[in-house]
Amino acid sequence: MSQHILFNHSQVNICLERLAYQLLENHDDFSETVLIGLQPRGRFLSENMVNILKNKYNLRELNFGYLDITFFRDDFRTKSEVLIPNETNFKLNVNNKKVVFIDDVLYTGRTIRAALTAIESFGRPKSIELLILINRRYSRELPIQADYKGFNVDVYEDQKVYVNWSEKNNYVYLENIK
Amino acid sequence: MESLSVNNLIGIKNLNINDIKLIFKTADNFKEIINRPIKKVPSLRDITIANLFFENSTRTKLSFELAEKRLSADVLNFSASQSSLKKGESLIDTINNILSMKVDMIVIRHPNAGVPEYISKKVDTTIINAGDGAHEHPTQALLDSYSIKESLGEIRNKNILIVGDIIHSRVALSNIFALKMQGANVKLCGPNSLMPKYIDKLGVEIINNFDDALQWCDVVNMLRIQNERMNKSFFPSLREYVKSFGLNYERVNRLNRDIIIMHPGPINRGVELTSEIADSKNSIILDQVENGVAIRMAVIYLLAKQKFNR
Repeated sequence: MSQHILFNHSQVNICLERLAYQLLENHDDFSETVLIGLQPRGRFLSENMVNILKNKYNLRELNFGYLDITFFRDDFRTKSEVLIPNETNFKLNVNNKKVVFIDDVLYTGRTIRAALTAIESFGRPKSIELLILINRRYSRELPIQADYKGFNVDVYEDQKVYVNWSEKNNYVYLENIK
Repeated sequence: MESLSVNNLIGIKNLNINDIKLIFKTADNFKEIINRPIKKVPSLRDITIANLFFENSTRTKLSFELAEKRLSADVLNFSASQSSLKKGESLIDTINNILSMKVDMIVIRHPNAGVPEYISKKVDTTIINAGDGAHEHPTQALLDSYSIKESLGEIRNKNILIVGDIIHSRVALSNIFALKMQGANVKLCGPNSLMPKYIDKLGVEIINNFDDALQWCDVVNMLRIQNERMNKSFFPSLREYVKSFGLNYERVNRLNRDIIIMHPGPINRGVELTSEIADSKNSIILDQVENGVAIRMAVIYLLAKQKFNR
């Protein structure tokens, strides 16, 4: 399968800084905010956000957790593989809090729909926002849009956009799946 | 992606170690879910599960029903005493009629060993054995192992003692299969009259002196005396049984170390163990019950998923 790099390490890092700054603009000291990385891939982006907010902006008391949405998906009868869940590391109170879902790629919107249902198990947030690194335009199957977007990407149905996360080399690449 | 090696859960004997690991990993997630403020997930919406109980049950039936409901499945409950079986309908006819109502999965408990396997060969549906005679009770063994693992960190090389009415116990047999598969050392203790012949062929050792056995073990699983299955006397008197094989404070205190105490329920307080021991800090009896729901959710989820991918 051929791979094509769309955004390199420095481009991704500049984008991460911008996303963190945009969060900062809207969430003051983050005391009323809960950041939630959607498992599995959103975990890395959320960790990056938390690191920037803690290290650069000195926000020590961030409410932060991971949420797995496997059991809330709508493709139980259709997905050909058994869906194996990831850990939900989430003990936070979301009642009346400003929740921010964090995921790496926004594609059909179905993961976010599942996350909206899943978060109800933990309470009734005041508001829910969505932060993503990659916005795959023209591929949405549900009326869901992100509040904080990294890059807009337009690709064909048979192409997948991945993010490689590592401390020294974050990059976004395209892969042909056929 | 991982999946189970079986399409039905008839017995632990049919599983492999990867199946057990997958069930435990999935159960970890469900355990977290059943401790949330809202304990329900929509995974099995539109899936119908029939619980066919041809034998009395409280814990297992409630646990299965709760597991099914927490997965959002539709649940049908059937108990043999109030059914057309009394009017002479055969078992297979009863099951085929239930399946005609578009039931996707059957959980069955039956007093005769081998019934779940027989049904799985006769009808095309997913079967979960909730206990068949003195054969197997796979979900109980899974939740027992899961509870041991939760308490001790791992099962490999741990010394597990199963005490009491082994001959009538499906829990004992399923536990032996599950524990041996995970690398535990298993010994059985009880009167010889309650030991099945050839049980040592399963790689377990029989030890008659309860106090010696307790010295050896990390975990003791106390089984119930199943009076309802006894058509003759297996020991001279209950008092004598309690004296030789009852777990009490003095016996545990003499060990000078902690051991984990388990019981599959229902407990005959004052027989297998005293109230003091059943309610002590080393008893994980109620953890077993909690874990039972998570384990059954995992088994149902994984088998249902497999059914729709077949």
